[in-house]
Amino acid sequence: MTEPLLDVQGLVRAFGALRATDGVTLDVLAGETHAIIGPNGAGKTTLIAQLAGNLRPDAGRIRFAGEDITALGTAARSHKGLARSFQITSIYREFSVLDNVSLAVQAHAGHSFRFWRAAREDEALHVPARAILNEVGLGGRAEVLAANLAHGEQRQLEIAMVLATEPRLLLLDEPVAGMGVDESQRMVEFLATLKGRQTIVLVEHDMDAVFTLADRISVLVYGRIIATGTPEEIRANRDVRAAYLGEEVED
Amino acid sequence: MRGRLRLLLLIGGLGLIAAVPLIAAFFDQPFYIDLLRRVMIFAIAALSLNLILGYGGMVSFGHAAYLGIGGYAVAILAQHGIYDGFVQLAVAVGASALVALVIGAVSIRTSGIYFIMITLAFTQMLYYLGISLDQYGGDDGMRLAKLSDFAGLIDLNNGTAFYYLIFTIMVAFLYTVHRIVQSRFGMVIRAAKSNEPRSHAIGFSPYLYRLAAFVIAGAMCGVAGFLLVNHTAYLTPDYMHWTRSGEILFMVILGGIGTSIGPVLGAFVFLLLEDILAEWTEHWQIILGPFLILVVLFAKRGLAGLIPGGDRHD
Amino acid sequence: MNAILIVEQTLNGLQFGAMLFLMAAGLTLVFGIMNMVNLAHGSMYMVGAYLAVTLTQWTGSYLLGVLLALVGTLAVGVVVEVVALRTLYERDHLDQVLATFGLILFFNELIAILWGRAALYSDIPQYLLGHVALFGDVRYPVYRLAIVLVGAGVALLLWYVITRTRLGMLIRAGASNRTMVAALGINIRLLYTIVFGFGAALAGLAGLMAGPIYSVEPGMGEEILISVFVVIVIGGIGSIRGALAGALIVGMVDTMGRAFLKPVLGTLISPTAAEAAGPALASMLIYLLMAVVLALRPEGLFPAKGH
Repeated sequence: MTEPLLDVQGLVRAFGALRATDGVTLDVLAGETHAIIGPNGAGKTTLIAQLAGNLRPDAGRIRFAGEDITALGTAARSHKGLARSFQITSIYREFSVLDNVSLAVQAHAGHSFRFWRAAREDEALHVPARAILNEVGLGGRAEVLAANLAHGEQRQLEIAMVLATEPRLLLLDEPVAGMGVDESQRMVEFLATLKGRQTIVLVEHDMDAVFTLADRISVLVYGRIIATGTPEEIRANRDVRAAYLGEEVED
Repeated sequence: MRGRLRLLLLIGGLGLIAAVPLIAAFFDQPFYIDLLRRVMIFAIAALSLNLILGYGGMVSFGHAAYLGIGGYAVAILAQHGIYDGFVQLAVAVGASALVALVIGAVSIRTSGIYFIMITLAFTQMLYYLGISLDQYGGDDGMRLAKLSDFAGLIDLNNGTAFYYLIFTIMVAFLYTVHRIVQSRFGMVIRAAKSNEPRSHAIGFSPYLYRLAAFVIAGAMCGVAGFLLVNHTAYLTPDYMHWTRSGEILFMVILGGIGTSIGPVLGAFVFLLLEDILAEWTEHWQIILGPFLILVVLFAKRGLAGLIPGGDRHD
Repeated sequence: MNAILIVEQTLNGLQFGAMLFLMAAGLTLVFGIMNMVNLAHGSMYMVGAYLAVTLTQWTGSYLLGVLLALVGTLAVGVVVEVVALRTLYERDHLDQVLATFGLILFFNELIAILWGRAALYSDIPQYLLGHVALFGDVRYPVYRLAIVLVGAGVALLLWYVITRTRLGMLIRAGASNRTMVAALGINIRLLYTIVFGFGAALAGLAGLMAGPIYSVEPGMGEEILISVFVVIVIGGIGSIRGALAGALIVGMVDTMGRAFLKPVLGTLISPTAAEAAGPALASMLIYLLMAVVLALRPEGLFPAKGH
């Protein structure tokens, strides 16, 4: 078997007496869409933070493309190809949609110690940016101020910025959070077009999205992965059903 | 187009400033040349602060330090018989940049309240250093032995020539800052101000860019210091006192933070206000203080915010 | 340089540290709990000093004057908080800096109008005059010793309040996570006013004690304020422990530096060079110390959890 693109071994993170991450081991293969689900309080946010580089684990190791990235910060991981979107929309509100994506392009276009040429007139930035905006469906909104976008469009913008960093792995933190039915569907359809081309780690509550998109699912409960498998295997798994007692699980 | 109107007003304003010496000569009121020279020097200081404050979000309460460093560079060299303006200017800029590099390297690793206190503390340190330098005036300051000599290119003793030198520098710096904030470099520091976690997530490490901006701003203010000490022909550690930093900050806010015209407007109105109030009562600060509070509370967008399209950020 | 001088300067360092602590304690809590930069803290120091001088004269009693001055400073602090500062809690730091800067200008000028710009003469009360003999040959001014004792007393009092009372618990919680405290339904506004008021009173205490030693004049608060900032940066925002540690360190380093750096330098380099460099370096010492601490531990030595 080829080495997984993302290889997490024995990750531990405690806050005082609370072990939010209690020995998490999982792997993500190149090209797969791997969902992480779990009831509230399972420690998904803490896990994402450690994968993205916002939080240092107390123990354990994260390998990405064969390289140990455990000690790397967020920006460094971005340059390795590990891109994340935020659960609570985090964009540049005072800038236009195009500027937002152009900035993501710029971050991966070498150093930015260029003081004279106007960035907005820089084709190396806005041409790829527009292409990505068209791909996610925001092409017509390029000049709009990011703060003026509808919630669903802002989530699309997040994805666009992630894609603009030429990632090898997308870490998507609840991409359809707060979206209405139609918007969610469009987002899921769009993410489906990325399947195969991109490696995606998807943290989600929305089970429709999860079961539509995921090749494999890992279930996180109280900081531990209690099961990993295909959607059918997870559906049938008794431990998983027990953990989700009281939550909707398709029969 | 709103942007057009703003540009027109800026050019109009600059044109007016350029015309002042001619008008003043016509009406035989040299006082205004003097006043405007001072305004422009502080406008330069303010626009350099605006780069890191308005666009970079770095609340530096220590910017007046570079006014002092620029001034001390000139005065100390003059004291030792070096009057060459080019040499003095180079030292003023170099020293300011170096000090900004050191202070910035330590301070920019922090943020928020820490950053403000630290920049304030370092400036005061330089102030105390200045006071302790008895051979260079110490507490009281000292007269400048001779104005900077630019070897026949321009005579700073000629009030009008000096005026236009300052004017040229101000316009050049205005344009430079304008280019910088629109460049890739400028976008990084503006993005970091807008949303720092997002900036890290897409792969930016803002520290070096912020440091570079801090150094550039310091160097520009050093030039203002060079001009100031030649304008007053007097050096005093008061140029670096932290209350002066507060005044420059106020000018930036008053004029409109994060805009091009803002600092110039702010310097103009502030110094004019100070002059008028001081004439009225010796206790003018008791009026200025609450005025400042009111501006902060209610007129956050500053004077540029009153101009249609004037507060639009680049 | 003899042992007596060293002991004296050590005590002076403690005395300066005590005053720094009184000011830092209130200010660090305001920073930590209300997340507000308050430049006008030095003005409370000044108000305390002026009130004490005047009220002592009016009442003829030092103790009564001091008591009334403390109450007065507390009152002024509360009024300032309610009238001017409440709106600033929600604002960004730049607004807070500028607005409190405006307050400084206002207070300095107000004092100048009411009392004039000339320095006031502040008396040491009769029973605190003179020297006391310590450790054999050392004779130390009673008044300065009293300051050290008051500082220690306040430190103990604060320790008791912070660790043993409900108010203290709220303060500690607020310094770590103010949104949580507000969410728990605590009257956060009242808490803020109390913290601010007592912080002002402590600053006023420092000011009135400082009167006889330093000068009582408009603007007296700003100089010491910068040193207080250094204390807080070194000690860490939001904790009394940090304020105490920082105050002692800064107090000692500054005092010892000013006293001994020049002679020490004189043994290493030429006396004339030391004459020039000594005072200059001594005045920069605490800032260099701050830079070192920042390089090693940017959050300070004992920041409140969450900072």
